[in-house]
Amino acid sequence: MNFDRIKEKLNILADAAKYDVSCSSSGSKRQNQNKGLGDSSGMGICHSYTEDGRCVSLLKILLTNHCIFDCAYCVTRKSNDIKRAAFKVQEVVDLTINFYRRNYIEGLFLSSGIFKSPDTTMERLVQVAKKLRLEENFNGYIHLKSIPGANDELMHEAGLYADRLSVNIEIPTREGLKLLAPDKDRKDFLQPMNKVKNEIIRYKSEKKIIKSTPKFAPAGQSTQMIVGATNETDAQVMYTAAYFYKKYQMKRVYYSGYIPISYDARLPSIGTDVPLLRENRLYQADWLMRFYGFSIEELLNKEHPNLDSDVDPKLSWALRNLHLFPVDVNKADKQMLARIPGLGMKSVYKILGARKYRNLNWEHLKKIGVALNRAKYFMVCNSQEWEKKDLSAMSIKNLILQNSKSKFRNTYNNQLNLFDKQDALIQY
Amino acid sequence: MVFIYDSSFEGFLSAVFMAYEYKCKQPKIVKREKFLGDFFEEVEEVITSEEKSKRVWLKVKEKCGSRGSQQIYWAFLSELNEIENTLFLYIQHALSSTKNITKDYANPAVLKVAQTVKQVGREKHRMDAFVRFRKTKDDIYFATVEPDFNVLPLNIKHFKNRYADQKWCIYDLKRNYGIFYDLEKVEIIQLDLPTSILETSTDFFTTEEIQFQHLWKNYFDSTNIKSRKNTKLHQQHVPKRYWKYLSEKYL
Repeated sequence: MNFDRIKEKLNILADAAKYDVSCSSSGSKRQNQNKGLGDSSGMGICHSYTEDGRCVSLLKILLTNHCIFDCAYCVTRKSNDIKRAAFKVQEVVDLTINFYRRNYIEGLFLSSGIFKSPDTTMERLVQVAKKLRLEENFNGYIHLKSIPGANDELMHEAGLYADRLSVNIEIPTREGLKLLAPDKDRKDFLQPMNKVKNEIIRYKSEKKIIKSTPKFAPAGQSTQMIVGATNETDAQVMYTAAYFYKKYQMKRVYYSGYIPISYDARLPSIGTDVPLLRENRLYQADWLMRFYGFSIEELLNKEHPNLDSDVDPKLSWALRNLHLFPVDVNKADKQMLARIPGLGMKSVYKILGARKYRNLNWEHLKKIGVALNRAKYFMVCNSQEWEKKDLSAMSIKNLILQNSKSKFRNTYNNQLNLFDKQDALIQY
Repeated sequence: MVFIYDSSFEGFLSAVFMAYEYKCKQPKIVKREKFLGDFFEEVEEVITSEEKSKRVWLKVKEKCGSRGSQQIYWAFLSELNEIENTLFLYIQHALSSTKNITKDYANPAVLKVAQTVKQVGREKHRMDAFVRFRKTKDDIYFATVEPDFNVLPLNIKHFKNRYADQKWCIYDLKRNYGIFYDLEKVEIIQLDLPTSILETSTDFFTTEEIQFQHLWKNYFDSTNIKSRKNTKLHQQHVPKRYWKYLSEKYL
């Protein structure tokens, strides 16, 4: 192995791949076979965290950053004046195996700029995965990009060797895509997605009859949207996400706050802050949809096209629906418990377990780990004291904000100052 | 009464057996190496007995189920001060109750055990993540760690399943023992390691080894996005005490 050459390529092609935020290495069922290398049947593992706090779980690289497309939002766009490089298939295989054996990574995340044609690119990605599986007996995690426009035959082969496949739709709205990537059409993204979805469905039904049916993308599909590159609303982002979860049975939709990388006048200028708070709120809404039983219409609708910045989406929903509260934690069902602000699913399960033995009071709830500073306005328990006493939504919000800390406080400080003044008036 | 035992899990279970035998409701169960003497209480030496520990364990399994009994073992591995006393209260609560008590979180002992298990589980998971193998000249992938809790026994299965085709060893420097896989089975071993073991000297390791560490460090730096810098979050996920074993942090 020529370490100096590999090092240079690795720097270029890891740097170019880092804007893809998908990091998951879980959800596959691939077990170690014939005493080979690797196992990806357990939970995902984050082997390290970069200084920006994101997890490092997979060796995430591009096969090449040569690209025939010129999408404005993308750092490897044709017109961008940057260093270009390309890995050989064997080089990626060797890197993956050597990193994996040292327990640096859970596997490989391989994407690529599109050189020559979508088919040539996809074929090369498939070669890497095939080699890892068949020649190296590698059972670690492999995430491949589905290249828009690649033929169905190749997508089928990709699914045989990869654990997860993904196509990034990148821009949440059709108009946005037209503006920033005029060469691309949403149909091109959807075609491989559709193919993979149908193959997964087929695999699952065949598996029921023939147990030895070869696995097909056991960790499913995911996609990513850039937020803040065009002027889309949160509702547009989340309704698109909800559509993909439902229509294509996505395992994950990722939201990536736009990082300015271009002087293009169609995009936010270099130096603009990455919309971290907005990204955070979108993920919260995503979680509420997937794990907390919320429908998208409850969180975002015509009256509320954007998520609040100063409070999380669940609290925001609860404040709009005070008529449903307070909830009795000793009686309410799981679904309703999950809707109490300050109660995560872990606390919900703890409460469901613990209340079988006795009625719970504030002291119990506090010890179990419920975030009472938010939850106490929305619940009653085995105790005479009850915090709410006909407070309005506005005063509850005000009280919660005063008694909590947020790293994003500066972002919405203006609103907070307003609250403080109001309070001052009331006190005097 | 104070029961002094030999630090093993079987020893602890034997102590539980004896406490019941002596009808002692609030025993103190202490590791021999931690015992400093007690003038006010009667002290009893526990003789570790396979038969007694087995009887206690079977009863506990019957009352708490396999998940509950596993929790007791995990909490025991925390080696926290007085965890034995908490575990005794937990077992006492389980044996005296007709219901399975493993979810009775409003009971202080049950809650404490659940919280300790969570801590131990987190440390076990960190070892799955933070172990960094270095390839030695005799083809063993070798790692050193110093986990907060005695979790290596819990890591065996994970590493055995994953690295079935390579010899590996994970060595706990704090507790001076390691787990070693020889392509067939995993054994507990004790080694006399030189103090320089943390350096990747070519006396022990392959010449390629340091190159791969540098490649990994390069990758780690390239995949970072500077405009999203968040040191607090970074350190929260990778606490400083682990850095000396992570090549991406110490190189």
